[in-house]
Amino acid sequence: MSARNKILADLRSSLLGTTPIADPFDSSLVDEPWRYSIAERVTRLKELMTAVHSEVLLTNNSEWPELLSDLLAARQVNKLLIAPATAHGKAFSAYSQATQKPLQLLAYDRPIEEWKRELFDDVPASFTGTLAGIAATGTLVVQPSPDEPRLMSLVPPLHIALLNASQIYDNLYQAQQHWPKPMPSNLLLISGPSKTADIEQVLAYGAHGPKDLIVLIVEDA
Amino acid sequence: MNSQRIHAVDITSRNLKANARLSLKDQQLRHNMRSAMDSLISKRIISMPDEDERENLRELGNKVRASALSQLPDLLERLEANLTQQGIQVHWASTTAEANDIVLKIAQARNAKQVIKGKSMVSEEMAMNEYLTEHGIEALESDMGEYIIQLDNEKPTHIIMPAIHKNAEQVGRLFEHRLAIPYTDDVDSLIQSARSILREKFFHADIGISGVNFAVAETGTLLLVENEGNGRMSTTVPPVHIAVTGIEKVVANLQDTVPLLSLLTRSALGQGITTYVNMISAPRQPGELDGPEEVHLVLLDNGRSQAFADSELRQTLNCIRCGACMNHCPVYTRIGGQAYGTVYPGPIGKIISPHLLGLENTPDHPSASSLCGACGEVCPVKIPIPALLRRLREENVKPPQQQPQIMDGQGSRYSSKERLLWKGWQYFNSLPWLYKTGTFMATRFGGLTPKNLGPWTQNHSAPKPATRSLHELAKQHLEKKS
Repeated sequence: MSARNKILADLRSSLLGTTPIADPFDSSLVDEPWRYSIAERVTRLKELMTAVHSEVLLTNNSEWPELLSDLLAARQVNKLLIAPATAHGKAFSAYSQATQKPLQLLAYDRPIEEWKRELFDDVPASFTGTLAGIAATGTLVVQPSPDEPRLMSLVPPLHIALLNASQIYDNLYQAQQHWPKPMPSNLLLISGPSKTADIEQVLAYGAHGPKDLIVLIVEDA
Repeated sequence: MNSQRIHAVDITSRNLKANARLSLKDQQLRHNMRSAMDSLISKRIISMPDEDERENLRELGNKVRASALSQLPDLLERLEANLTQQGIQVHWASTTAEANDIVLKIAQARNAKQVIKGKSMVSEEMAMNEYLTEHGIEALESDMGEYIIQLDNEKPTHIIMPAIHKNAEQVGRLFEHRLAIPYTDDVDSLIQSARSILREKFFHADIGISGVNFAVAETGTLLLVENEGNGRMSTTVPPVHIAVTGIEKVVANLQDTVPLLSLLTRSALGQGITTYVNMISAPRQPGELDGPEEVHLVLLDNGRSQAFADSELRQTLNCIRCGACMNHCPVYTRIGGQAYGTVYPGPIGKIISPHLLGLENTPDHPSASSLCGACGEVCPVKIPIPALLRRLREENVKPPQQQPQIMDGQGSRYSSKERLLWKGWQYFNSLPWLYKTGTFMATRFGGLTPKNLGPWTQNHSAPKPATRSLHELAKQHLEKKS
């Protein structure tokens, strides 16, 4: 008998004569303790993400490209990986072109195999959108896509994410109600730059993923 | 650096007592463990300030796990069907040898030479690193803690914090010796050194290996929790991703992961959530520019179906591997994780390891507990660990041939002499005339109690019987009153 059939047969014979326990899920236990007003959602997300070393800035639809550009200049970042086909990618490209900033914009426009070395060694920062935010835990919901592939929010040392204030949900349960169906090949919850406390529980940022995470919250979107 | 370190290669699960004695003498180890556990205990409780919220959620966590286990075979089949349909290949293994063979075959089919690993305790069960190395494939750990102990040829001391027994100075010396990095005890620089070495390893790896925190049957989703980003790197950069997990890790649907995730990260580290929660439901799709071309899931039994067969012992499989029971265990804190000689140390290790290895290989584990109950009180899915330890003690002293056989290695501590003693004790306590004579003799001739009572007097002073028995005192008291 195959391992599969043996395991399933063993489990089934152990359950003979029993009935499955009905679904015990009670949404009030994971939802009600984590409810906020619309204003609180932004403050809480900002507070929690800042506490884990993220930089969270409030901005609006007309000003964020300039803010992003200034942030990069202040950090002397001269290259930025963007998704030119997305609305936010287009907006930032247009701003960059119009203001003639000395910033090189890169696009993740070919399979990783064709430019892995460059992505690993030569891309200091990336800029992506987000699907949603979660106030209860200070979390971004990020859905990698052909425009913004999985490694875009992982390999560059600085990740900048754009979040619409209206898409911040109270808690994970609420956010789940708005997730894409069926589940995409990869869906991520990101709650800060990568970190570790594996040596003596001393917190160190920049373990294997980004060392810095900046979140731009667009308050009027 | 002069502390006596117990090397992984020297210890076995059969020598828990001897290992524990050695660990207790290691002052550095005891200091490192005590301060780490104190800090984890306070972080947990700070993250769960509202007792009602916490207790209600633990109750829900328990029910969600119990419900999943009550339909485990159906959920596993649904998981398999959904994953397969989404392009993830599912493999089943009854034993660790079968699981290793599955991984090796996948590696050989890809002509793989280098494997990079995210953190996976199931791969530790399999001793996968050793197996792959024997077959000429480099298997490198990428979780910072796992990387450190792999460099020192050790085994994890904690399921969440594998290198928690080492301090920064010890890690600095290790990096100096093994990686030729100038000595420093600055944690940030140590982490940055490891980061740059491991980035190259991610870059070149042919296969990435990970564990799974929750496998969601309804959507065919593998959910992985981590802070470092090595899990995402391992499951995204290499062209092949192999996830290995135990058959108990399945839950019915996505919403069930909400309470479990919150319980897991707060119980483990006092965090409301980890930096990354990575939900994988398919390999790279047409049009996608990265992600693994192949994703495999290996479902391992390795003794779990034995625990499953008994409705009391089945609760062992509720475990979501948070490590809170270890952090709160007075025994674990004093002897460290390596003394157990098992992949899973501490209270959960003492109830799961006998199923994985047999009681004959873990004869002292059920009794290496004061039954103080702390583990049961903090368990986020309410596994009654003290009750299960007592149950395993019973299985451990049953006559080896007695039917039904619930556990492999039943009766590994069975002694006919001890049985006889307890029979005598039972007889003595059930005949009033014998009991009265006995207590009369004991109280009048108590002075004759020998000073040396074998194992008892090694750690305790010899008992001194009172001059009058409780029965006699009570009788006197009542007579005086009337």
